[in-house]
Amino acid sequence: MHELALSSAIVATVEKHAAGRRVSLVTLRVGRLRQVVPETLEFYFEFVARGSVCEGARLEHELVEARLQCNLCATEWSIDVPAFRCPSCGDGGVSVIGGNEFQVESIEVEEAECIAPR
Amino acid sequence: MHRTKVTVVEEALDANNTIASANRMDFDRAGVTVINFMSAPGAGKTTLLERVASSLPGVRVGVLEGDVQGSLDADRLAGLHIPVVQLNTDSGFGGECHLDANMVRSAIPALPLEEIDLLIVENVGNLVCPAEFRIGEDARVMVTAVTEGEDKPLKYPLMFRACELVLVNKIDLLPHLDFDLDSLLYNIDQVHPDVERMLVSSRTGEGIDAWREWLLRLAVGDQVAA
Repeated sequence: MHELALSSAIVATVEKHAAGRRVSLVTLRVGRLRQVVPETLEFYFEFVARGSVCEGARLEHELVEARLQCNLCATEWSIDVPAFRCPSCGDGGVSVIGGNEFQVESIEVEEAECIAPR
Repeated sequence: MHRTKVTVVEEALDANNTIASANRMDFDRAGVTVINFMSAPGAGKTTLLERVASSLPGVRVGVLEGDVQGSLDADRLAGLHIPVVQLNTDSGFGGECHLDANMVRSAIPALPLEEIDLLIVENVGNLVCPAEFRIGEDARVMVTAVTEGEDKPLKYPLMFRACELVLVNKIDLLPHLDFDLDSLLYNIDQVHPDVERMLVSSRTGEGIDAWREWLLRLAVGDQVAA
């Protein structure tokens, strides 16, 4: 459900960078630790984008794996189930070094052709 | 017409976090400690608030009630004679399922901050969305009830990670349930190692003293730090 609010956040972020140009593609980086359902996001994005520079734009996403590092023994590992204790030393002090992203990575904008005199 | 790729690399929730920081500054300036109080619907947030809101010596509590619709919870708390402000998230086409920094910001003018030391923001009942949005709080507390099942931390890891305290509520019901408390505690530890947790019953009052002391420590500690 929060995909509606997240879609609005995407449109607002894109508007800042589009500088009024029409946007044809928005590429996101979505960390696996976010509870974002990409299909739901696309559905709301289409709706929220209407009337903005993002109207009709495609939304693509790249999933970023959840990568952790132990603060004690510096072991690095990836998870695909929520098990956050260090597999090497068992400590609970762990930093998330990847997987929390919810980023607009890039946008593709339409530019008017420069009509240079020949 | 041709197409150009523009590299952005910006967190889409930065705008929310900026507003959350502004809220935090306003609260700090007024000397108000803020808690973001979250759980699934029916886990017992309002009852846990009722248990402590008017019994924290020297700490004046205020409540910001977030609900999709209505003021049932605010009405319940009104009997405690503390400042309660209702914030409805229904903005026209279906209510939002969480509070965000901007919604809380819009409620600040209605809050008598000079009469409040500890503001408890009761978020919309939901285990998914509130975890994504900071509101300018000092600490986040979540409630999980033993009626919800042992596997909830594994199903909603973001929420169980997005908090500094987990209250395990309704423990008075344990004798009547096929519920494995050790399994729940193990799952919480898997998802959020070493997070502080308390076993409480808002019905019998068991564990409520510890919850009250935690709030007192937070509110007083914040004042000392300020």
